[in-house]
Amino acid sequence: MAIADQKVQEFSERLVTAEEIKGRSLWQDASRRFFRNKAAFASLIVLTLVVLFTFVGPYFAVWSNEEIDWSVLGQVPTKGVPSFESGHFFGTDDLGRDLYSRVIQGTQISLLVGIIGAGIAVLVGTFYGAVAGYFGGRIDSAMMRTVDILLAIPYMFILILLLMVFGRSVLMLFVGIGLVSWLGMARIVRGQTLSIKNKEFVEAALVTGVHPFTIIFRHIVPNLLGVVAVYATLLVPEMILTESFISFLGLGVQEPNTSWGALISQGASTIQYGTLWQLLFPLFFFVISLFSFYFIGDGLRDALDPKDR
Amino acid sequence: MINFVIRRIGIAIPTLLILIAISFFLMHAAPGGPFNSERGVPPEVLANLNAKYGLDQPLIVQLWNYIWDIITKFDFGPSMVFKTRTVNDIIAQGFPVTFTYGTWSFVVAVVVGVSLGVAAAVNHNSWLDYIAVGISIGAQVLPNFVLAPILVLIFTLGLHWLPGGGWNGGHWPYPVMPIIALSTSFMASIARITRSSMLEVLHSNFIRTARAKGLPKNTVIWKHAFKPSLLPVISYLAPAFVGMITGSVVVDVYFSTGGMGQLFVASATSRDYSTMMGITILYGVLTIVFNMLADILYAWIDPKIRL
Repeated sequence: MAIADQKVQEFSERLVTAEEIKGRSLWQDASRRFFRNKAAFASLIVLTLVVLFTFVGPYFAVWSNEEIDWSVLGQVPTKGVPSFESGHFFGTDDLGRDLYSRVIQGTQISLLVGIIGAGIAVLVGTFYGAVAGYFGGRIDSAMMRTVDILLAIPYMFILILLLMVFGRSVLMLFVGIGLVSWLGMARIVRGQTLSIKNKEFVEAALVTGVHPFTIIFRHIVPNLLGVVAVYATLLVPEMILTESFISFLGLGVQEPNTSWGALISQGASTIQYGTLWQLLFPLFFFVISLFSFYFIGDGLRDALDPKDR
Repeated sequence: MINFVIRRIGIAIPTLLILIAISFFLMHAAPGGPFNSERGVPPEVLANLNAKYGLDQPLIVQLWNYIWDIITKFDFGPSMVFKTRTVNDIIAQGFPVTFTYGTWSFVVAVVVGVSLGVAAAVNHNSWLDYIAVGISIGAQVLPNFVLAPILVLIFTLGLHWLPGGGWNGGHWPYPVMPIIALSTSFMASIARITRSSMLEVLHSNFIRTARAKGLPKNTVIWKHAFKPSLLPVISYLAPAFVGMITGSVVVDVYFSTGGMGQLFVASATSRDYSTMMGITILYGVLTIVFNMLADILYAWIDPKIRL
C-alpha cells in the first residue's frame, strides 16, 4: 500500500509540473533554431562587440577625432604608427588625427545610417506593401506600378544629386536613403500580404465587421513580421554599402564627421606611403560588421522559415 | 509577346520622364543661378544671358525644352562650370573609356562566372566546387571600393605587375585592374547562380533520361543541361548591368581612368549641375533600356514568365 501511495504522489507531482509546460510559439522555436546556428550566433556576438566598442571605446580615447597631433604631422609614416605610448591606438590619419577616435565615429555613423535606413524601410515599406496587397485591384496596381517605376531609376545618382543640391549632411543622407530603401520591402510585403489575406482568420475578421486598417495592423502585419525581420537585417548592410559608396567618392558625410566609406577612401589613397593601418583598421570593422549582418540575416531566414519545421 | 513588349515600353517611358523631371527640379532647387559667379554684371547683361539660355521662361517650358533638345538633338545643354564646353563634349570624352572597360568587365563576368559555375556544379563537392563557393561568398561582401585598394596593394605595390592607375588610351596593361575590380563581384554572383541552377537541372528527370540512354557526359551537360540552367543567369543580367554602371564610378575615381564616373564626381564637387544631370540621365536611359531589353529577352526565352 505504501508503495502505491508513493506512486500516486509521484504522478500528482508530475501532473502539477505538467501544467506548467508551455507550448512553444513560432518565435521561441525560431530563437532556439537561430542560436543553434553557429555562424549566426557568432555573428551576433561580433556585432554586439562592435556596437559595444562604439559606446565604450570613446572613454579610452586619448585624442578626440578632430584634434591634430602636431608632433606627428609631416612624419605620419614613421611617427603616426599605431602605438600605446602616443595614445594613437590605431595610429593617425594623413592629417595627424587620431584614427582610433575616427574609426569609432565612422562606425557609429555607418551603423546609424544602416539601421535608420532599414527602419524607414520597415515602417514605410510594410505599411505601403500591406495596404497595396490587402486592397488589391486598381489601388494595388497603381501603387505597385509606382514602385516599379521608382525602382528602375538609378537612385545612386539621384541620391548624389540630392546631396549636392541640399548640402551634404548626415540628415540629408538619412532622407535620401530613406526615400529609396522602402521600395524593395514594399514589394516583398505585398507578395506576402496577398497570400495571407485569403486565410480564414482574415475572412473571420472581415465578416465580424472589423475595419480594414485594423485588419491590416492587427491580423496581417503581425504575420508578416518574420519576413520583414529577415529582409530588414539584410537591408542594413545594403544601406551601409550605399552610404560607404557615396562617402568613398567624397560626396557623403562631411568633415569632421566620417564614416567607413570615407575612412576606407582616405586609407586607400595613402597606401603607397606605407601607412597601411589607415586602410586596415576601418576595413577590418567594415568587413566583420558586414559579414555579421549577412550571417545574421541568413540565420534569421533559416530560423523563421516555416518549411523547415 | 507584342502585347508584353508594348506594356514594357509603357513602363519605360514614364520612368524616363520621371527621372528627367526629378533631376531637373532638383537642379533648379539648388541655390543660385548659373551666372551668379560673374561678379559685377549689369542687370541688363544678366537678363540677356538668361534670355539666351532660355532661363527667363517658366520652369515647365524650360523642362519641356530640355527634354525636347535631348530627344531631337541629343543635346544636354552647356556646362555651368566649363564655359567653353557643353555637357555633350564632356560625355563624349568620358563615355568611351567607361564603355570600353565596362563592356569587357561584363563579358569577363559572364564568361568566367558561367564557366566557374558550371565547373563547380559538374564537379559537385570537389575542391573546385569549394573554391568557387568560397570566392562567391567572399566577393559578395567585398564591394569594389574595397577590392580596388586591395588589388593595388597586391599587384602594384607588392608584385609590381600592373599599373595602379591611369588609362593611357586603353593600351595594355592599363585596363586590366579596372576590369578585375569591376567584374569580380558580378562574376562571383553569376558563378553562384549558375552553380545552383545547374545543380538543380542536373538532378531533374530529363537529365536522368539522357544519362540512362547512354549519352556521353559532355553531350548531357552542354546539349541538355546548359541551356535551361542559364535562365536565372539571364534574369540576373539586368541588375548586374545596373550594378556595373554604379560600380564604374568607383573604379573611374580610384584608378583615375578619366571615365564618366570621374567626370560625374568632378562635376558634383564643382557643383556643375547641368553636367551631373546629363550624366545621370544618360546612365538612367542606359539602365532603363537595358532593364527593358532583359525583361523582353527573358519573356521570349521563357514564355511562362510574364509581368
